[in-house]
Amino acid sequence: MKTYVARRLLALVPVALVVATVAFVLIHLAPGDPASIIAGPDATAADVQRITQQLGLEEPFPVQLLHWYGRLLQGDLGDSIFLRKPVTAAILDRVEPTLLLTVFAIVIAIAVGVPAGVLSARHHNTATDQTVMVAALLGVSIPNFLLGLLLIMCFSVWLGWFPVAGYTPLEDGILSTLRSLVLPALALGLVQSALIARIARSAMLDVLREQYITAGRAKGLGERAVVYKHALKNAMIPTITIIGISFAILVSGAVVVETVFNIPGLGRLIVSAVLRRDYPVVQGVVLCVAGVYMLINLAVDLSYLLIDPRVRYQ
Amino acid sequence: MSVIALPRPEAATRGWPRWLVVFAGRKIALAGAVLMAMVVIIAALAPIISGNPTHMDVAARLSPPSRVHWFGTDDVGRDVWSRVMYGARLSLGVGSAVVVLSFAAGVACGLVAGYYRHLDNVVMRVMDGLMAFPAIVLAIALMASLGPSVLNVVIAIAVVYSPRVARVVRGSVLVIRETAYVEAARALGAADLMLIGRHVLPNCLSPVIVQGSFVFAAAVLTEAALSFLGVGVPPYVPSWGNILSEGRLYIQQAPWLVLFPGAAIMLTILGLNLFGDGLRDLLDPKIRGLSTERHRAS
Repeated sequence: MKTYVARRLLALVPVALVVATVAFVLIHLAPGDPASIIAGPDATAADVQRITQQLGLEEPFPVQLLHWYGRLLQGDLGDSIFLRKPVTAAILDRVEPTLLLTVFAIVIAIAVGVPAGVLSARHHNTATDQTVMVAALLGVSIPNFLLGLLLIMCFSVWLGWFPVAGYTPLEDGILSTLRSLVLPALALGLVQSALIARIARSAMLDVLREQYITAGRAKGLGERAVVYKHALKNAMIPTITIIGISFAILVSGAVVVETVFNIPGLGRLIVSAVLRRDYPVVQGVVLCVAGVYMLINLAVDLSYLLIDPRVRYQ
Repeated sequence: MSVIALPRPEAATRGWPRWLVVFAGRKIALAGAVLMAMVVIIAALAPIISGNPTHMDVAARLSPPSRVHWFGTDDVGRDVWSRVMYGARLSLGVGSAVVVLSFAAGVACGLVAGYYRHLDNVVMRVMDGLMAFPAIVLAIALMASLGPSVLNVVIAIAVVYSPRVARVVRGSVLVIRETAYVEAARALGAADLMLIGRHVLPNCLSPVIVQGSFVFAAAVLTEAALSFLGVGVPPYVPSWGNILSEGRLYIQQAPWLVLFPGAAIMLTILGLNLFGDGLRDLLDPKIRGLSTERHRAS
C-alpha cells in the first residue's frame, strides 16, 4: 500500500515538470518578439523595454527556463501586465466562484447520474432504461455552454425564476450565492451526469451478472439488499473513477460556462487575459487549473485504496 | 450494453460488403451515419442553398425568422440561415483537419513510443504532461500565443488531442510487437521501418479509427467553445460558436440566434457519437463499454 502511494506520488514529478515547461514555452510560441506582441502595436520602445525586463526576456532561453522553475518552487507566478498585481493575487481573487460552481455542479452530476444509472440497470431493457439512456445520449451530445444558454432562455427570460447572469459573492449570504449558481451548476452538472449515468449503468449491469449476486439471491436476500448492499458497492469502483474524471472536466467546463453567465471566476480571468495578451496571467491560470486537475486524478487513484481492497494487497 | 444482432443472410444484401450490412443493421449507427451525411451535404451545398453569410443588411438587424430570412438575422443584419449553413463547412473542415493532424502526430509518437522501448519513457512523459492540462484550457492558452485564425484553431486543438491518439496507438503497438508474426518477420531480417509499416501499423489501426470519430466530435465542440469565448476563429468567419457568442448578448430579443446554431451543433455531435458507437461495435467488439467510455471522457 505504501509503495502504491509512493509510486503514484513519484509519477507526478515528471508530469509536473512537463506541465511547467509547456506553460513556459507558451509565451515563446508566438512568432516574433513576445514583448512587443504583449505591448501591442501602439506601444513605445520604452514600453517594450519595460515588459522585456519584467518578463526577464533579455536572458538566454535556458536561463529563463531555470529562473521560471525556481520562481514556481517559491510559489511566484510573476506579475500581471494589465492588472498591475501579482498573478497569484489575481487568481486568489477569482477562485471563490469557480470553486463553488464546480462543487455545486459535481453534487448535481452525482445526485442525478448515479441514481439514473442504477435505475436504468435495475430495469434493464425496459422503457425506463431506454428513456434514461436516450436522455443520457442527448446529454453527452450537448455542449455545456449551449445548455447554459438554453437554461437562461427558459428559466430566466421566459419564467423569470433566476437572474439572467451574474454572481452574488459569498459575503452577501450563501443563499443568494447558491441562487446565482443554480443555472450554471445545472448546465455543467447535467452534462456530466449523463456520462456518470452511462458508466454507472454498465458497471451495475456487469456486477449484477456476477455469481455472488446470484448466490445472494439464492440464499433469499431481498432485491434491495442485493442491489444496494452488494452490487452498488462494487459498481461504484468504475463509477468513482468517472466521477473523478468528471470533476476534472468540470473544472475546465467552468471556464467556459462562466462566460455564459458572466461569473467573475478563473474562466473569465483567463479569457480576458488572452484577449489582452496578458501572458503571465494566462500562464498562471493554466498552471493552477492543470495543478488542480493533477491533484484530482491523484485523489481518484488513491481513493481505490479505500474502495477496492484488491489494490491494497498488490 | 446491447446484444449484437447477427445479420441474417438475405438475398437482397448478398454481394454487399459484410461490414456495410452489419453497420446498416444497427439502427442507431445508421441514424448517426444519416445525420452526418446530412451535415456533409449541407456543408457541400452551402453556397447554393444559402446567400452570402457576411452580407450585412443593417436595416433588417435582429429581425425574427421570416420568408426572406428563414433563421432571422443577427445584430448587424447578417442572415443566420446562411451563417449556420456555412458554419457546417467550418465545423467539418476544422474537425477533419484536426483528425488528420492529430493522427499524423499521434500515430507517429505512439509508434515510436510503443516500438522503441528506450524512447517510450521520454515520449509518453511528454504526452502525459500535455494530457495533464484540461483540453479546453490548453487550447485557450495555445490560442493566446498563436493568435485568432482558423489554422491556429486547428493547430491548437490538434496539439490537445494528439497525445490521446498516441496513447491508444502505443497501447496497441505494445501488444502487436510481441505477436508471433512480428517475431517471424523480424527473424526473416525485416528492417524496423518495414516491420512498423507493413505489420505493426495496419494492425493497430482499428482502435485508432474508432478514436477518430470521437476526436472529430471533440474538435467540433472545442472549436465551437473557443469561438464562443471569443478566442477562436475571427468574428466575421461564420462559425456556430461565433453565432452563439452573439446570441448570448441578445438572448432576450433574439432567441433564434441561439436556437438554430445550437440545434446544428447538437445534431452534429449526436450524429458523430452515434456513428462512433456503431463503428466501435463494428471494429472492436471486445472493448465495448467501460474502457472506451474512459477514453472518451479523458
